[in-house]
Amino acid sequence: MSEFRDEVSIVLGGAAGQGIQTVEGILTYALKRSGYHVYANKEYMSRVRGGINTTEIRVSSRRVRAFVRRIDILVPFKQGVLSWVVDRIGKNTVVLGERENVEESFLGKVNLVEVPPTKLALETGSQLYLNTTVAGLIVGLFHGDFGAVEEYIGKRFGDKGEKVVQKNIEAARKGYELGVKLHSDGTIKVEIKRDEKVKEEILLSGTEAVGIGALAGGMNFLSFYPMSPSTGVSTFAAQKAEEFRIIVEQVEDEISAINMALGAWFAGARAMVSTSGGGFALTSEALSLAGMAENPIVIHLAQRPGPATGLPTRTMQGDLNLVLYAGHGDFPRIVLAPGSMEEAFYLTAEAFNLADRYQVPVIILTDQYFVDTYYNLPKPDVGRVKFERYIVEAKPGYRRYELTEDGISPRAVPGYGEEVVIANGNEHDEWGDITEDAELTKLMQEKRAVRKLETIRRNAPLPRLIGSKDAKYLVVSWGSALHAVEEALEKLNRNDVALLHFSWVYPLNPETKRFFEGKTVIAVENNITGQFADLLRKELGVEVHRRVLKYDGRPFSVEEVFDALKGVIE
Amino acid sequence: MNLPTGREAFEPRRPGSEDVAWCPGCGNFGIRNILISALAELGLRPSQVAIISGIGQAAKMPHYINANGYHTLHGRAIPIATGVKAANPELTVIAEGGDGDMYAEGGNHLLHAIRRNPDITVLIHDNRIYGLTKGQASPTTMVGMKTPTQPWGVFEEPFNPVALAVAMNASFVARTFMGYFRESVEIIKKAIQHRGLAIVDILHPCVSFNRVNTYAWYREHTYWMDDHDPHDREAAFRRAIETDPLPLGIFYINERPTFEESVPAYRTDKRPLWKREPKLDLVEEFFESKRL
Repeated sequence: MSEFRDEVSIVLGGAAGQGIQTVEGILTYALKRSGYHVYANKEYMSRVRGGINTTEIRVSSRRVRAFVRRIDILVPFKQGVLSWVVDRIGKNTVVLGERENVEESFLGKVNLVEVPPTKLALETGSQLYLNTTVAGLIVGLFHGDFGAVEEYIGKRFGDKGEKVVQKNIEAARKGYELGVKLHSDGTIKVEIKRDEKVKEEILLSGTEAVGIGALAGGMNFLSFYPMSPSTGVSTFAAQKAEEFRIIVEQVEDEISAINMALGAWFAGARAMVSTSGGGFALTSEALSLAGMAENPIVIHLAQRPGPATGLPTRTMQGDLNLVLYAGHGDFPRIVLAPGSMEEAFYLTAEAFNLADRYQVPVIILTDQYFVDTYYNLPKPDVGRVKFERYIVEAKPGYRRYELTEDGISPRAVPGYGEEVVIANGNEHDEWGDITEDAELTKLMQEKRAVRKLETIRRNAPLPRLIGSKDAKYLVVSWGSALHAVEEALEKLNRNDVALLHFSWVYPLNPETKRFFEGKTVIAVENNITGQFADLLRKELGVEVHRRVLKYDGRPFSVEEVFDALKGVIE
Repeated sequence: MNLPTGREAFEPRRPGSEDVAWCPGCGNFGIRNILISALAELGLRPSQVAIISGIGQAAKMPHYINANGYHTLHGRAIPIATGVKAANPELTVIAEGGDGDMYAEGGNHLLHAIRRNPDITVLIHDNRIYGLTKGQASPTTMVGMKTPTQPWGVFEEPFNPVALAVAMNASFVARTFMGYFRESVEIIKKAIQHRGLAIVDILHPCVSFNRVNTYAWYREHTYWMDDHDPHDREAAFRRAIETDPLPLGIFYINERPTFEESVPAYRTDKRPLWKREPKLDLVEEFFESKRL
């Protein structure tokens, strides 16, 4: 007999193509509808079929948003899964499934609860119903809302006809009944308090949060070349292109993608490029053009481990230095790295205002872990999104690169006003024509790389402090590491440790320095050198005393951060 | 202030446009005249036209014509022009560059622009040499020509843009020699008026670095196709592979849907993208759907 209170971590594992995502979809939806907080994340191999992919689903009585190493219930769909996650299996782990999916070497060593989902699926009519049977089984363990399972199946399989829907529901019911039985006979007891408010919340992934944030920010042009793990955002936009009346184009390479987007911004569109590190590397030439021409651009970069092809389907926060320094010559840029779904939505929307206002590249840094994560959250407040336009009319005498105090020249778009707009990647005069004048060159360099950067820096928002400002220890996180650190600190439960989280990564407001005074600073980063810790030193002169780094292509788990912090803090 | 009209409207009035960087006698002057005439004769205003150029002497055109302009990077004029046109189909968009710009650095973009078919006009100033970097071979340099970087003589097969474009079923393909003013104006007018990607290979001499392909050479080694039907693809291809003399005129016209016509952005809303606002009601609807 196994018992899980307040929270359970379920891991489903199988081969690519075995349909684990169907199970995941039914489960997260039905459990959320049943009033449980849910979190899901997957890890997968770079292949179309086979290998081993796993999905972790946390079900809890309280809000859960981070990856845990611990597995409470493991559902293997094939042999090899246990070996793949062996270091996550503990003495309380229940392996739920068929004996033939468990390797010989594990039999007798793990707590196997043998159930026959394949047999039940065959009784329903086909092996094809295995996934819905398993989904029903797990929902049954929770005494979950079966109506929600039916509803999901209806939506998911609706276009395949009534018979398919009915058969899948029948399969899910067989599983569900078995799950309820396992619960009531005490084999697996799951006791998690429900929260009525969760039912009305939404489920949102990182990919969707960035995609819908872009649309809320007025994105009406997206050009891209497919690359994991960024492609989801482009797919999302393409699926919405018809409804939102926008342009989404898959182009010949990333070079074309960014240049097309620059052209679109020049003519007044709000354009975005979605790519990953390798693709971004190709765009650095055009990034430099954006810097010189002061052409706005928004780039979403979903990081994966490099260098080069690295680990195509895994995660790392390793491209910060790339986006900070890509492009030749000096020019400002803005780097944002959302840590939560809410931040991904609001920040991506805001990225378009920032690009428009400052006429610089705005880079949104996510990563594989972040884009593939989802959880329930209250519906974001769309009313909070502001649409700010900074376009002026080109009247006679208009000068595109007018020298101004704050470094920001008025940007007109062709066709608005009688006068013409000249943009230029060569050094230029105020009108946009080529110049080699020494004095003018100095003034233009200062306008872009000093005055404009200072304006952005001054207006940059401060990081978010979670905990006491008098804490002795200050843990620093940026981007997707947020939730793991947050939860680890909750577990640590010490008043003398606070968290400073950065979602606005660059440039840093000089005011930020005050957060660090007199603290022992610990940076938690998903890369090998501590790129953000280095940036803190460079930008603010802040010394980071300890670096907690992870760089095996996997995300931080709550336990790992917890253990690491415990080791650092006296 | 009343802005000028006609040819005069396209003469730049900006201080920085006075110092023209082209060599005396350069073919680019002729192309500039041809282009200004074409734009003026089509009744266009500078604010309606956007000239997007790459890098090189040809690519300096936006500074010497009064029209919206974006002087970009080597080889990248076509994707940028595609983005400009897609964002605002009301603009007349011209991508301009030399043979290195369009056929070497930007070769991949040219290929895919032919597939994509944006309604832009691509003008290639083809002088068969790299002038700005002082005389290296270009993709269209003739076999046997000796240069400082090909001292043994060029042995690579010259790029044949016309044959390539016809082979790829491009929408509009033409070649002209800038020494023929009136004919060139007419061809460029037709290219601009053509709905879809129009490619015009404009032969012109480089008086400083190409001693072979001179004004006289082009007159002797070209002829006008008077009896050619540009809607006949096979005939176009046969003409396209002729090398001496080089045929001039419109090789091929293939009316097909443009990129802007094919994207959903303009299906029900014809306004350029800069006039649009985010559809926050649809964002709200999306979130509602995520409750499921």
